[in-house]
Amino acid sequence: MAEIRFSGFGGQGIIRLGLITGKAISLYDNKSATMTQSFGPEARGSACSSQLVVSEDRVLYPYITKPDITIAMSQEAYDIYEPNLREDGILIIDEDLVKPRPTRANIKMYSIQSTRIAEELGNRIIGNLVMLGFFTAVTKIVSPDAMKKALPGLVPDRFLELNIKGFDRGYEHGLQVIKKKK
Amino acid sequence: MDGDFAIAEGGLAAGCRFFAGYPITPSTETAERFSERIPKVGGIFIQMEDELGAMASLIGAVWGGGKAMTVTSGPGFSLIMENLGLAAMMEIPVVVANVQRGGPSTGLPTLPGQQDMMQARWGSHGDYEIIALSPDSPQECFDLTIEAFNLSEIYRVPTLLMTDECIGHMHEKVIIPPAEEIEVVERKWYKGPKDKYMPYKPDKDGIPFMVKAGDGYRFHTTGLTHDYRGYPEINAEWQDQNVRHLVDKINNNADKIIKIEEEKTDNAEVVVISYGITSRVAIKAVQEARKNDVKVGNIRLITVWPFPEKRIRELACKIKAFVFPEINYGQIVLEVERCAAGKAQVIRASHLGGGVHNPDDILKLIMEAAK
Repeated sequence: MAEIRFSGFGGQGIIRLGLITGKAISLYDNKSATMTQSFGPEARGSACSSQLVVSEDRVLYPYITKPDITIAMSQEAYDIYEPNLREDGILIIDEDLVKPRPTRANIKMYSIQSTRIAEELGNRIIGNLVMLGFFTAVTKIVSPDAMKKALPGLVPDRFLELNIKGFDRGYEHGLQVIKKKK
Repeated sequence: MDGDFAIAEGGLAAGCRFFAGYPITPSTETAERFSERIPKVGGIFIQMEDELGAMASLIGAVWGGGKAMTVTSGPGFSLIMENLGLAAMMEIPVVVANVQRGGPSTGLPTLPGQQDMMQARWGSHGDYEIIALSPDSPQECFDLTIEAFNLSEIYRVPTLLMTDECIGHMHEKVIIPPAEEIEVVERKWYKGPKDKYMPYKPDKDGIPFMVKAGDGYRFHTTGLTHDYRGYPEINAEWQDQNVRHLVDKINNNADKIIKIEEEKTDNAEVVVISYGITSRVAIKAVQEARKNDVKVGNIRLITVWPFPEKRIRELACKIKAFVFPEINYGQIVLEVERCAAGKAQVIRASHLGGGVHNPDDILKLIMEAAK
């Protein structure tokens, strides 16, 4: 059982990250996942988040209470959602967009320049997929194959290849970071 | 897939080929899905001027031979009511889904509520009974929309799918079986001589036959009290026949219609009853209570109307207390209080909308009830 929060600002594809991960887990990794999202005017243009509860069995309570993993792709999202992260949880940030306060000693923090890497790959719009690849590598909560299988239908066909490229770059970067940490 | 989309898919799987509605949060995604999908299977999507018109057009579509549905939320549900009464009186098999938000009035457009549950029963004027189902997941939004269509056809009655914003916007895996594995009830068509058709004469099972407009059957239909031919009869005798029929066709078949899920109610001291999203939240509290050695059973109402009063009466004689969490000030709990009739304590756990219960609050009430 794990609780995951993807957060950032509206337009970055934050809800999409919850959808892709949820689809990957529930259709291709043989577990259950329930996604809820911030909805309404507050989700457009300012801090927005999608929440995923992952379980071996059926998810009963659909909301997250104390997330195990928080991904923050904007400063505002970080400010709002970081304090809610569980003690000894995992925090993942886009280091160009989030300036973290001195972190709590017992949380694990990983950072990546996801938006910058996406720009290098040709389109900043896939910054969320770079982040998703990175998240997949460092948390190992979902398999990279399942994630890639989940993409068709959730990203536009003509950008599928680019999205996979972004995911792979983020994933490789994640593996390197883990190696270094060891 | 989210619950809203699953409602549309369930409708299509049940054979719905006419959707009319007026967009309203948090139900709009169902209409969106229909607008994209229904033309591809030869159906019709109409965005109407309002919910009154939407409901009226469904009645026309059904007399035209089709299966029809709409979707709405609080404020739209109120507008649906006028013609829902007409549909009840005309005995129209039709499905209305309500993705509930907080109310009254425009209330909380983007947040959940379960506050239209009493309105679902008697929101339109006059005596009648309807059927209302309450799904607990996107999967059940699919399954129960099909079930709603089937029940509406069997009993010639408007059937309501009462869900809420949380389930409507929640994404989960939804399994859609191959079409041949889905049980779909077709309309009971009249096939007799053209001049003998009577739209309101009960068949052996108590439910009258239907015909399709344009097939050459001449008949009358009206919201006025009517005879078997459908012609107005403004007197107490036919009023008695009409109302008794509308009410009895549901109540006399309640055992066949009602579906509830029961768990560990044998030997229970406390029984938690809930429906829809609240049933998922309640389970967490039930599990915690069991860890504290409380004998607690759990009941989930899949069918809310007609209410499973027989079972509640039975349990009331055996247990100490019912705990009933719902996202309103206390609506379906009134039915439990009525059925318990003082034999067991009935404890309300009200959340007034805009979110779901904190399971700890339900747990506290279970623990107190067990004392």
